[in-house]
Amino acid sequence: MIPSATIESIHIPPEPTRSRGVWVTAWRRLKNDRVGVVCLVIVAAFALLVLLSFLGIVAGDWQKEVAVPDAPPTFMGPQAVQTGTDPLASVVSKDAKPVDLTDIDPLAPKYEEWKARAAKIQIAETPRADTLPFGADRLGRDVLDKAIKGAEVSIFVGLFAALLATVIGTILGALSGYIGGKVGDFLEWVYNVFTSIPDILLIFAFAAVLGRGITTVILILGLVGWTGMYRLVRAEYIKHHNREYVRAAEAIGTSHLSRMFVHILPNVSHVVLVRMSLYVVGFIKAEVILSFLGLGVPVDQVSWGTMLSEAQAELVLGHWWQLAAATIFMATFVTAFSLFTDALRDALDPKLR
Amino acid sequence: MSNLVSVRDLHVSFRLGKHKIAEAVRGISFDVPENSTVALVGESGSGKSVSAMAIVQLLPENAIVGPTSRIEFDGRNVLTASDSELRAIRGNDVSVVFQEPMTSLNPVFTVGWQISEVLKLHTNLTGRALNDRIIQLLNEVGIPEPKARVDAYPHELSGGQQQRVMIAMAIACEPKLLIADEPTTALDVTVQRQILELIARLQTKHRMSVLFISHDLGLVGEIADHVVVMREGTVRESGPVDQIFGAPRDAYTKALLLCRPRLDVKPKRLPVIDDFMRNENAAQIVLQPRQPRPQEGAPLVEAKGLRKEYRLKTGLFRHKTIEAVKEASFNLYPGRTLGVVGESGSGKTTVGMMLMRLTPATKGQVFYNGVDLLLLSDRQMMEYRRKIQIIFQNPYASLNPRFTVGQILTEPMKIHGIGASDQERFSLAVALSRRVGLADDSVHKYPHEFSGGQRQRIAIARCLSMKPDVLICDESVSALDVSVQATVLNLLLDLQDEFGMTYIFISHDLAVVKYMADDMLVMNQGAIVERGNADAIYAAPQNEYTQKLLNAIPRGYTGHSASPSQHATRST
Repeated sequence: MIPSATIESIHIPPEPTRSRGVWVTAWRRLKNDRVGVVCLVIVAAFALLVLLSFLGIVAGDWQKEVAVPDAPPTFMGPQAVQTGTDPLASVVSKDAKPVDLTDIDPLAPKYEEWKARAAKIQIAETPRADTLPFGADRLGRDVLDKAIKGAEVSIFVGLFAALLATVIGTILGALSGYIGGKVGDFLEWVYNVFTSIPDILLIFAFAAVLGRGITTVILILGLVGWTGMYRLVRAEYIKHHNREYVRAAEAIGTSHLSRMFVHILPNVSHVVLVRMSLYVVGFIKAEVILSFLGLGVPVDQVSWGTMLSEAQAELVLGHWWQLAAATIFMATFVTAFSLFTDALRDALDPKLR
Repeated sequence: MSNLVSVRDLHVSFRLGKHKIAEAVRGISFDVPENSTVALVGESGSGKSVSAMAIVQLLPENAIVGPTSRIEFDGRNVLTASDSELRAIRGNDVSVVFQEPMTSLNPVFTVGWQISEVLKLHTNLTGRALNDRIIQLLNEVGIPEPKARVDAYPHELSGGQQQRVMIAMAIACEPKLLIADEPTTALDVTVQRQILELIARLQTKHRMSVLFISHDLGLVGEIADHVVVMREGTVRESGPVDQIFGAPRDAYTKALLLCRPRLDVKPKRLPVIDDFMRNENAAQIVLQPRQPRPQEGAPLVEAKGLRKEYRLKTGLFRHKTIEAVKEASFNLYPGRTLGVVGESGSGKTTVGMMLMRLTPATKGQVFYNGVDLLLLSDRQMMEYRRKIQIIFQNPYASLNPRFTVGQILTEPMKIHGIGASDQERFSLAVALSRRVGLADDSVHKYPHEFSGGQRQRIAIARCLSMKPDVLICDESVSALDVSVQATVLNLLLDLQDEFGMTYIFISHDLAVVKYMADDMLVMNQGAIVERGNADAIYAAPQNEYTQKLLNAIPRGYTGHSASPSQHATRST
């Protein structure tokens, strides 16, 4: 009923008048938050580190034994060389001639041949460092490299487990809150079953069934952790379900799926995002605990958790640097991430806009 | 007669963010004489509430009062008073009644307890004397059976009774000044009348002053002695009530008086503020009467025996049935407007929702060109969905805050396959937003960047994008300022003529329905109590309830001293 002549003569306004979107506004607000920006930089640095380590550019040879076992950090100076004398020195006289056993030794004829063969094999004795910036573990592996490689695994596990828990929690929460009724009751029942079992026992049960590996850790944490997100999203959906803009969307004929995920989801996204970043922090810590208990990542991989678990034995000998490295990395990342989350929530809250 | 309150050169600004300051009140002056009612009138954002709250220093934390401002209450300067002095003034000498009685009362305490709290703070009454005083107060504000109601919780009272309790608390300490901040806006029209009469009675009885804040000039005309008209933080005009209504000097006052639909004439267009602000002689605007639309052909929509029940569980096996709509049957003729009026809880909105299948009907049929919509499957319904559209009441809630206007307008077209490509749909959206009077760049903006009236225009454009035959306006202009209301009503009338749409106009505002409607339904407690031609019903209401409703409409200023100009004759 709009005359077509007017449509053809429409001048489409130029792009620059496009208004600032939710994300642009959020970014502007975040920029004004000094703590938020500092934390963002730290988190970004960690993300870069993880990426570089994943591509093998840094810490690719973390398993190489580059230093003497338990080499201390550089600022402490090299480990004192063992000054104690050989206990056998007093018994064995240095002047005594070696006893010639050639006659009775049945292998004697082979010695020459073996010597020749051994000469062909090059043994490059790599010089082992006495100290490293962050020290070395009991095999002489660089603790710094381990911490970086560990960051890769820990952050990877944290992010993907959080993503999994978020997806499960959001979809189930949306269904339960939006549809309600019998579906809602059923999902509430599932939720109650999951929350009635202590988390750690549930994790043990899953770990026992699924075996070890990074994927397992992600699955376990995701399957156990979705309940909090579910509850939150469900409440938000119940609240938004009867809002007028959703009724208006129904009036123009949008489908249920579209109303659930195109209309309501962006309006509850700030809640979901913040909860998800809390998950990341929580799951990194959970992975540490799992690895510490021996249910986490396999032995040929390193995470902050396995480092901490190794540190237990080392501490007895006074070798504290592995513990320190893992703790500093973890504390920095987790603190920065939580503070960044707070800043993000403030920036995304539509009420504050 | 001396002045109880005198406000001189009041400036109030609000600090927003680090470097932003918004000026709300720009140097206003007015007096509240003893034993009289002064009305502050203005649209939202005019600074009327801020000015009144400055008298009791109940401003938000980020408010800054200008250094040259002076507010004297009973000879004392309020702005320099200490906290303890202010506390003595608040509640004792000045008390406030707010707009929403439902949120102003604490739901977990009884009414009596809440009144006693005020009395204990400001008087030495205890025990029996205290109790007697509470009952006396409840009696005074007209609560039936005050002895039994003392122990009632707020939710056990109706909205009007809650507002009466608020007034009882306000007059408990016999204040010298009562500030009433839109006390009747949230209430139904019949209740509004009672509250207004109560405030007027109490004012004369206790010889107190009342500062009455309202956006409705008509309402103010009935109660005020002096009127202060405010706009954008300045006083446009102030004076005795007969001067404001009889011989307004300011163009804005004139516009406010005229842009509200009247019951006696039905002009083709409502005059809007802009007409007056541009042209000083606008008062001479000839209001051409609108020709009634003819009733032709078969009805487009026939609703038969619509009924809506809600079941409330009251026990394990017991439940109670609540009838939201008992029985609604009506016909809708093409190109005409059906007005539906009724107070809150009358079921008028539910009828509209059932028509669109947004709320499933318990019983009944809705024939659209002979097809029963309520029997169709969801898939079959899609075809009809676009033919009946709705504009909701609250323009702030009915648009998705995360969609741009362009997305809002193109979404329905996508769903219903209107327009061949995204490009075409987008240009249609631009054309639509232009048609409803929005700027060209609006399509890239988000709803929160628009004012209430503009948002309602977006909602209208969204409906238009589907080219509906029937448009349901569910209290669509109730949340808007009077002047904005007029522009939106004009737009709706223009669009109806242009596209030949049929309207169902649902409202509690009888004047607006009278202006818009050709036919009318009056609903009360889920039933249609009167129906027929709108003009005929307004001229001679048959049903008792309709008569009560019509009598409750604010009559505006009816003082006999006024000159018999057209402004003063706002009577029914």
